[in-house]
Amino acid sequence: MLSVRDLGVAFGAVQPLSGVSFAVGKGETLGIVGESGSGKSLTAMSVMGLLPLSGGRITGGKVEFDGQDLTKLSERAYRKLRGGRIGLITQNPMTSLDPLKKIGPQVDDVAKLHMGLSEQAARARTEEILGTLRIPEPALICERYPHQMSGGMKQRIVIAMALAADPDVLIADEPTTALDVTVQAQIIRLLDDLVKERDLALVLITHDMSVVAQTCDKVVVMYAGRAVEHGPVETIFDRPRHPYTQALIACIPRGLDEATRLTGIEGTVPTVVNYPSGCPFHPRCPRAEAICATDPPGFSVEGDSAAACHFAEVADAQPA
Amino acid sequence: MNVSQMAIRSLDAFARMSIGRAFASGVGMVAGGFLILLVLVAIFAPWIAPFDYAAQNLMNANAAPGWPHLLGTDEFGRDVLSRVIHGARTSLSVSATAIAISMAAGMTLGAAAGYFGGFFERAVMTVVDLTWSFPDILIALIFVAIIGPGLTSTTFAIAIAYLAQFTRLTRAQIVRLKRETFIEATINLGAKPSHILLKHLMPNAIAPVIVVGMLAIGDGIVLEATLGFFGLGAQPPTPSWGAMMSSGTAQLFLSPWVIIFPGVAVAVTVIAVNLFGDELIRALDIRDRLRGA
Repeated sequence: MLSVRDLGVAFGAVQPLSGVSFAVGKGETLGIVGESGSGKSLTAMSVMGLLPLSGGRITGGKVEFDGQDLTKLSERAYRKLRGGRIGLITQNPMTSLDPLKKIGPQVDDVAKLHMGLSEQAARARTEEILGTLRIPEPALICERYPHQMSGGMKQRIVIAMALAADPDVLIADEPTTALDVTVQAQIIRLLDDLVKERDLALVLITHDMSVVAQTCDKVVVMYAGRAVEHGPVETIFDRPRHPYTQALIACIPRGLDEATRLTGIEGTVPTVVNYPSGCPFHPRCPRAEAICATDPPGFSVEGDSAAACHFAEVADAQPA
Repeated sequence: MNVSQMAIRSLDAFARMSIGRAFASGVGMVAGGFLILLVLVAIFAPWIAPFDYAAQNLMNANAAPGWPHLLGTDEFGRDVLSRVIHGARTSLSVSATAIAISMAAGMTLGAAAGYFGGFFERAVMTVVDLTWSFPDILIALIFVAIIGPGLTSTTFAIAIAYLAQFTRLTRAQIVRLKRETFIEATINLGAKPSHILLKHLMPNAIAPVIVVGMLAIGDGIVLEATLGFFGLGAQPPTPSWGAMMSSGTAQLFLSPWVIIFPGVAVAVTVIAVNLFGDELIRALDIRDRLRGA
């Protein structure tokens, strides 16, 4: 349904994103994971054609949706796709709704705009969608203002707006970051159900490996604006081949044993202006050797999965 | 929904939200009550005024306050009270019309500049800032020179004098709101620029602009009186507070009531407008949004 090939993005002379590829089909969930600043959200923005608004541009690669190359689309044509065929759920539901408008009209607007529905038909559709998102008493909620609702509820409304025009692809950019842990699980489960019920293609952007393990079919691991490993979720979790993926998986908290300390990855994510030469992960990599600082690694493919590491085979033999 | 309907709806929501709360305090109630009374007096001036404001009676010129002329008479024997009452009409209508024109133009320019940015923004803001660098009186003089003295010149002069304020304030609001997440979210849903600007940005930007408009009406009254005082505004026999004070200066010691009462009317009105404006700012909780514009 949606495929991205070798995507590169630049802001002026700075190149924060390069060589990102993935594909999602209907009824499939793709996870994009990585630390803050690894280019996950930027990837989402590129797919939605939002880069020109913030001064960025696509320097290479293709974004294909339903057979057409989106990188060549005009702004006017893009507007029809946004919200119409590709829905985007952003990080912060608390501020994603217009504070002066009631919930009902805000959700109605989407169906009115993309499906040309009348006032009444749009409202009927809104109430129906709110119902499927397990929001009690949709008619009542439509008359509320955003400030009268909880964070979890607002996120459901935001999801409802993204779904209002019945899109084929849904991109959820850290949809649960701003929510309570209990609500997080509900929202993730809700998204998971939506994929099955509506045959959606879901791109789930997150930094939470455990969420990926629970919901995704495929994973792309990103680091410093590059995809470093991708493949089916089982393969990636069973036999991670990139040291960064291994480190991420090692960071998932397990059990309640007091003796076990929480693990982290030493160092910090490099900023866009000082991406390391060679393999971007080498300054933090436990396995790095001389070659890593000079030569960018290519993908070492094995079955459905691939890892960009000089020592992918070696890593494979000694899982961290 | 067209723009005027939208404006009415925003105003309606605004009124329900906050005007009530502005009246809640003691100061707000007194100031607001006075202003409502003043507007009613202005509207019903012909029925309230005890005499014809233009009727001269030279036999009874410069009569001291008493009966039947409660506030005395001027040098032509005209009733000062009637003229002050009719003067309210002139002052309020000229100031309110001017500010309405100024607000409409300023909001349109400011919103477009803030939303579209770039060269257009710089061009608009440069021109608008330029109007701000001229003293109000000078702008008025330019209009008087072009279309002659009178209320039309006064109205345009006041409108131009406050244009920069509304443009800058609206632009500042739009620039700030444009970066809000809910606007990004609306873009993500495929909304057109016109929809974003008219249905999301403007309603969220309008409250501080209305309050500044309210306060500007007070300043507009002072400016109208100033121009009237210099003979650039209302022409005789149209009663205007400023023009009345001007004619009163000649017999300041002989019949001080001619200058005192219109002066008191200007002062009390402007104080009431400002006090009520402050209460509105408090009720709307927008003090921080008025800064820097």
